[in-house]
Amino acid sequence: MNAHDPKVSADHSNEIGMYAKRKSVFPKAIDGSFRRFKWLVMAVCLVIYWGTPWLRWDRGPYAPDQAVLIDMGNRRFFMFDIEIWPHEFYFVAGLLIMAGIGLFLVTSAVGRAWCGYACPQTVWTDLFQHVDRFIDGDRNAQLRLQKAPWGPAKIARRLLKWGIYLGISFATGGAWIFYFADAPTLQHDFWTGNAAPVAYATTFVLTMTTFIFGGFMREQVCIYMCPWPRIQTAMLDEKSLIVTYKDWRGEPRGSVKAAVKAATPLGDCIDCLQCVAVCPTGIDIREGPQIGCITCALCIDACDKAMAGVGRPRGLIDYCTLDDAEREKRGEVSVPILRTILRPRTLVYLGVWSAIGFALLFMLGQRTRVDLSVAKDRNPEYVTLSDGAVRNAYTLKLRNMEERPRTFRVALEGLVGGAVFTDEMDAAEAARVLTVDVPADTTRRLRVYALAPRGSQPADIAFVLTATDKEGGSDTSKTTFTTAQGNGQ
Amino acid sequence: MSKPRLDDATGVETVGHEWDGIEELNNPLPRWWLWSFYACIVFAIGYCVAYPAWPLIDHATAGTLGWSSRGDLDHEMKEESARRAGMLAELNQASIEQIATDPRLRRAAIDGGRAAFKVNCIQCHGNGAAGSAGYPNLNDDDWLWGGDVAAIHQTLVDGVRQPGDDATRTSQMPAFGRDGILTAAQVQDVVSHVRAIAGEEKPGASAQRGAAIFAANCVVCHGANGEGSRAVGAPALNDAIWLYGGDRKALTHTVTNARYGVMPAWGARLDPVTVKMLATYVHSLGGGEETPAPVPDPAAAAK
Ligand code: SF4
Ligand code: SF4
Repeated sequence: MNAHDPKVSADHSNEIGMYAKRKSVFPKAIDGSFRRFKWLVMAVCLVIYWGTPWLRWDRGPYAPDQAVLIDMGNRRFFMFDIEIWPHEFYFVAGLLIMAGIGLFLVTSAVGRAWCGYACPQTVWTDLFQHVDRFIDGDRNAQLRLQKAPWGPAKIARRLLKWGIYLGISFATGGAWIFYFADAPTLQHDFWTGNAAPVAYATTFVLTMTTFIFGGFMREQVCIYMCPWPRIQTAMLDEKSLIVTYKDWRGEPRGSVKAAVKAATPLGDCIDCLQCVAVCPTGIDIREGPQIGCITCALCIDACDKAMAGVGRPRGLIDYCTLDDAEREKRGEVSVPILRTILRPRTLVYLGVWSAIGFALLFMLGQRTRVDLSVAKDRNPEYVTLSDGAVRNAYTLKLRNMEERPRTFRVALEGLVGGAVFTDEMDAAEAARVLTVDVPADTTRRLRVYALAPRGSQPADIAFVLTATDKEGGSDTSKTTFTTAQGNGQ
Repeated sequence: MSKPRLDDATGVETVGHEWDGIEELNNPLPRWWLWSFYACIVFAIGYCVAYPAWPLIDHATAGTLGWSSRGDLDHEMKEESARRAGMLAELNQASIEQIATDPRLRRAAIDGGRAAFKVNCIQCHGNGAAGSAGYPNLNDDDWLWGGDVAAIHQTLVDGVRQPGDDATRTSQMPAFGRDGILTAAQVQDVVSHVRAIAGEEKPGASAQRGAAIFAANCVVCHGANGEGSRAVGAPALNDAIWLYGGDRKALTHTVTNARYGVMPAWGARLDPVTVKMLATYVHSLGGGEETPAPVPDPAAAAK
């Protein structure tokens, strides 16, 4: 990261070998508006993550009472009042597309804000760094402890710290399973040893990944492992707001004392290195935009504080587009923030994003909670009966997506003189309309025969499913009727 | 190879390789990355020892754990048959009629029968059991020997025209033309009559002549109106279904030479449970009839 800085690379030079040693990062605590915003985002994320599975939602006697539940066993996804069946998976696909376009939108507007604030790796790394400060003290104390030889005191501190890491990791990894089963029940089963093995396995794996990624690998995950920064950096352009060091204002650097003695006037940067000290990925933003920067803006807080200390205007490091940086360098005024954010590119993303959102909402409003799908037997296509009548067979899937048993009418449409019966009925009882009960929240398979008199022609037909209760709802499924003369189209 | 030195632009040490002025910088991998890599190598070695890995000329190294995909399959098959054993035993105990009336047994028998059908029956009756000329369509409602589940079961057990099986289904139709019982012209008249009662053509003079010949030669088995007799396996002639075809040519051939279909006696080849499952499956295809009351009507039997 510090490849441009001869000072840093100099102490590198004598340890060239098969591997590079990680340079531990001990970010300094900082307070400021961005830091407070980061606290807020962290709190919201954690509360949502830990709290969501415990929200209850009354769905009556036939469905689970958990507000958000991914019910793998029954292949249902519950989200408050919305229940997604496997055949409605396009809702989930739509949400994923929205998430993707949302990422384009946010990234092209305000850079890698996801990385800086909302990414789980960031949130938990941040959390663990606070644990470091809580146990070991701030940056300098941590550095001292790192260098100190191992002794009982250091071992005790380390064990305590890792123990807290592990506790947090367990709380994190363990919470995930509650999204997949009734949380209170699972909680009880988990502690009494009655939960499914997969619950323990998931908890173990997620605990260990949180422990290792958040506790030890930290910024290395962002820099070496995560593909996201590559994608995100590719989505940035010169009009995206990113964290920028305004070098034309800061350079040449020098302390306030040096500035007094200097022959030529120095820049605003007092070379206090506070921006480097607070950076959670350990980079020096003054070297320009770089892949290690997660746009968390903590360096802005640090530099603003330094500037306030020496009575210079804030914003030496600031959210700024590359275009504006050029403009300011030339002494022109920068584009207002709102204009920067709302420009054609972001507006197009916003348009596409909300179009998909509205389409999903519309579909959500339109969808009926009954569904019929019909599969026609193709082998044999048709059967001639002894009286010359022609019989076709179909497999009907009747979905009752409501949480109560319902009674449906299945009517045959088309097919002159035709009638239908199920494999549980006698052919003599064949009629134009069948009445079928479907239990709550269930798909019922029904084998249906359609019968047409001797000499019938092939036809396009349809099955129409109608709920008989007052809430109603219906669905039509088209199919064909085949005779010896071929099939309808 | 020149001596390693610091690269001016980046301050990174070069590894000393140089090609046409392009130098390789030493940007080493992180330690954890290397250790993961080494761990993978160790894992791979362990894997090669524990599991089948190295192909030799006619086999591969077996691995110390003794694992094989064949063994896996074998294990799964054993588990599966253990899982099924209970249901198969129940099916074995139950009579074919009991299976037909118990939804749970029936469901299981249909599933098992479908699989057994695919192995044993589709060669003649076709994948969808729709048959072809000479091989009955099992989906329809026309049955030579009866379409209730017990009759189907018996047809399956004893087959059709199986030597050495006393209960086997055997029907006898004389070869009216070949054996000189009827002249070729008379055969044509009978064909006309049969096609007329089946509604395949309008009755004419030929059919009228054929009616008399039919009355003299055919009613014994096929019935006065050509309604057939299941007792002797005589097909109904007044319906829309033809085993060998209902056109003049096919019918002429049938009346002249007679036809003798065969079917293996599956009772001698398959275990009783499979045969029961097959019967239940065939019965479920849409043409299955209600099992008649246990006491057969003597009048119907005589017909
Ligand atoms: S350079 Fe600044 S914005 Fe980038 S990661 Fe470091 S502290 Fe955050
Ligand atoms: S915090 Fe600001 S003043 Fe201090 S070194 Fe960084 S850029 Fe310069």
